[in-house]
Amino acid sequence: MKEFKKPISMKDVPTHYCPGCGHGLIHRIICEVIDELGIREKTVAVAPVGCAVLAYDYWDFDTTEAAHGRTPAVATGIKRVLPDRLVFTYQGDGDLAAIGTSEIIHTGNRAENISVIFVNNGVYGMTGGQMAPTTLLGQKTATTPFTRRPAEDGFPFKIMEMMAVLPGVTYLERTSVCSPKEVFNTARAIKRSFETQLENKGFSMVEVLSPCPTYWGMTPLKAMKRIEEVVVKEYPLGVIKG
Amino acid sequence: MSKVKEAIICAGFGGQGVMVLGKFLANAGMMKGMYVTCMPSYGVEVRGGTAHSAVRIGSEMIADPVIVTPGTAIVMNGPSLDKFESRIASGGLLILNTSLCEHKPERGDIEVIAVPLSDEAIKLGNVKVANIVAAGIYSAKKKIFDRETLKDVVVEMAGGREELVPINIKAVDRGFDIVDQL
Amino acid sequence: MKEIKYLSTGNEACGEAAVRAGCAFYAGYPITPQNELTAYMSLRMGQEGRTFIQAESELAAINMVFGASVAGARAMTTSSSPGISLKQEGISYLAGCELPAVIVNVVRGGPGLGNISPSQSDYFQATKGGGHGDYHIIVLAPASVQEMFDFTYDAFPLADKYRIPVMVLTDGMLGQMMEPLQFDENIKPPQEIEKPWALRGASGRDARAVKSLMLGVGKGSLEEHNEKLQAKYRQIAASEVRVEMYRTDDAEQVIVAYGATSRIGRSCVDRLRGEGIKVGLVRPVTLWPFPYDEIRSLADKNASFLVVEMSAGQMVEDVRLAVQDDKRVSFYGRMGGGIPMEEDIMSRL
Repeated sequence: MKEFKKPISMKDVPTHYCPGCGHGLIHRIICEVIDELGIREKTVAVAPVGCAVLAYDYWDFDTTEAAHGRTPAVATGIKRVLPDRLVFTYQGDGDLAAIGTSEIIHTGNRAENISVIFVNNGVYGMTGGQMAPTTLLGQKTATTPFTRRPAEDGFPFKIMEMMAVLPGVTYLERTSVCSPKEVFNTARAIKRSFETQLENKGFSMVEVLSPCPTYWGMTPLKAMKRIEEVVVKEYPLGVIKG
Repeated sequence: MSKVKEAIICAGFGGQGVMVLGKFLANAGMMKGMYVTCMPSYGVEVRGGTAHSAVRIGSEMIADPVIVTPGTAIVMNGPSLDKFESRIASGGLLILNTSLCEHKPERGDIEVIAVPLSDEAIKLGNVKVANIVAAGIYSAKKKIFDRETLKDVVVEMAGGREELVPINIKAVDRGFDIVDQL
Repeated sequence: MKEIKYLSTGNEACGEAAVRAGCAFYAGYPITPQNELTAYMSLRMGQEGRTFIQAESELAAINMVFGASVAGARAMTTSSSPGISLKQEGISYLAGCELPAVIVNVVRGGPGLGNISPSQSDYFQATKGGGHGDYHIIVLAPASVQEMFDFTYDAFPLADKYRIPVMVLTDGMLGQMMEPLQFDENIKPPQEIEKPWALRGASGRDARAVKSLMLGVGKGSLEEHNEKLQAKYRQIAASEVRVEMYRTDDAEQVIVAYGATSRIGRSCVDRLRGEGIKVGLVRPVTLWPFPYDEIRSLADKNASFLVVEMSAGQMVEDVRLAVQDDKRVSFYGRMGGGIPMEEDIMSRL
């Protein structure tokens, strides 16, 4: 009989995440993959600035902080010094697609052998629900009180599609966590990203569409539905490269 | 008016309206021409966790909005009682929401008004006005603000959302009535 | 004149003042503890038909402000310590190009990511440069929600008058606390001045450049430019010092504190005076230019000084410079977001 236990790579502590947040789920998926691959002791992770800033309190492997957005640069430094470790970054939409746009593009362009887990929930949670680059048009946030309008606030940002153009980027896939099927899909994609790195095949990134019930102003279930019915129209699931 | 120097901590879980309560009491003080400060404090959690606001109301200029030793604590849930009971000044006042707090306070040197505030609010029509019932209890007990002042604050803070006014007025009255019946 | 009065956070008071002062352009990025300010600007600037941009980073924001200022507009950006670090290059450029701008730093604990508690550990960064090169910016330090409004309102014409960045240096406590705010409902923006240096298109005039790169020698050299900047700074130091001297006339001991700590210092003065002890408070309002003369005049009367800051001791160095007698200057501080308590201050007097 299979026992459903917490992954070894995950500390047995309660998290601070809101009810219905995707972070807890995605943390767990990553830890299960690390357990499955048996690489906990050679993993070095880089945590972002955002709701997951405290990820090192939940992950039982080496983790460093990074200044907001500089996460891929920090990962680059680690991987170049320790090429046989599993180095991954875990970033939100502000960290990766706003302040860190330069870093993520150049890290991909340099074909750094790292993995990036990009949690796209369309808002800035930690700071109180402001617009993210990935916020949808017509969405109301703390800094788009008139909803997001293209002329004033720009369009939802497609960093993955943009990075597909770079020869240094090997594998890009977008998944979500809004159904059991998609949770397994995310696990498969993250495993593939880690294997890409371990086989020295270049830069890879998994973008996971994740719910933020608090700042979307809906229940966790409705938030999952919103991903399935609304968000995927702007951010389609599937392999973008590789 | 005799010298007023109130230091109140309103505590509960994030989403329980303790920030609104703090602002409510501060507005009452301002309406009465007193010096006021109101200082929110959040944990890392956006929902759940403990949140509190610190309100100072006084007849003299306020130096430090931060309150370490409150003269009054309005405690809306169990974890907040654990967090703040020991900090209340000796001889101070604790208003406790027994609907969400199963254990009793331990101190013998403070005055305790223990009321099932959430249940009272549900009886009035919405659990969210429990904080305003507490405001009524505080005001009636301390005799700094009367019913009319608090009702004026309700109207001012409703700011255009008229549907909020009646139930909050009832909550003010209920708070005062509870103290009358003690 | 119709006065309005309402309970406001410091952050929102600052935002409202900017709008009332005619701020035409705002760029910012979310960071605690000033998120309410950014969110407030997104609403108010939109309501007034002016420009609000949530930039991709604080670095981008200060450079957007540079652009708005080059084009002659009143421009503002706000952030907190780590974000202000990102802006230092831009601030140096603004100073070198002599462009007006208003920058608000709602200081939090540091260094690094620190915490979100109030602090005063960015004093050096604000007053001694922070960015590269020989420059200064005017630094205003409010100590109440009302002053968050008043000083932000004043910052815009001050920046315009001297063609200099002006920083409102506050902290997470003043930013997030609520206090009564009062102002004339019909308050007008401070008079706009001619900006003949601004770039709006060379129609009917010679083309102009805005730059801080000066590679030549002699006339138009960087040395000459720096001498011009220094002359400006001397002029500002001679005429724009703002300081509050509270019960200092016969004071034998003087607390020196600014911003949030000055409120606590003032309360200590009142309590000790009540016991017959001759204590006073010097509250620098402009941190640059710093009130050296006012402190020196008290030192000449043999007063001793206790400098209180929420830091490891930064302003204390300027007080020592003013007093020129280290034996008479002592320091008490809390770091990493701790707030000094009245008892701890009074026990040191």
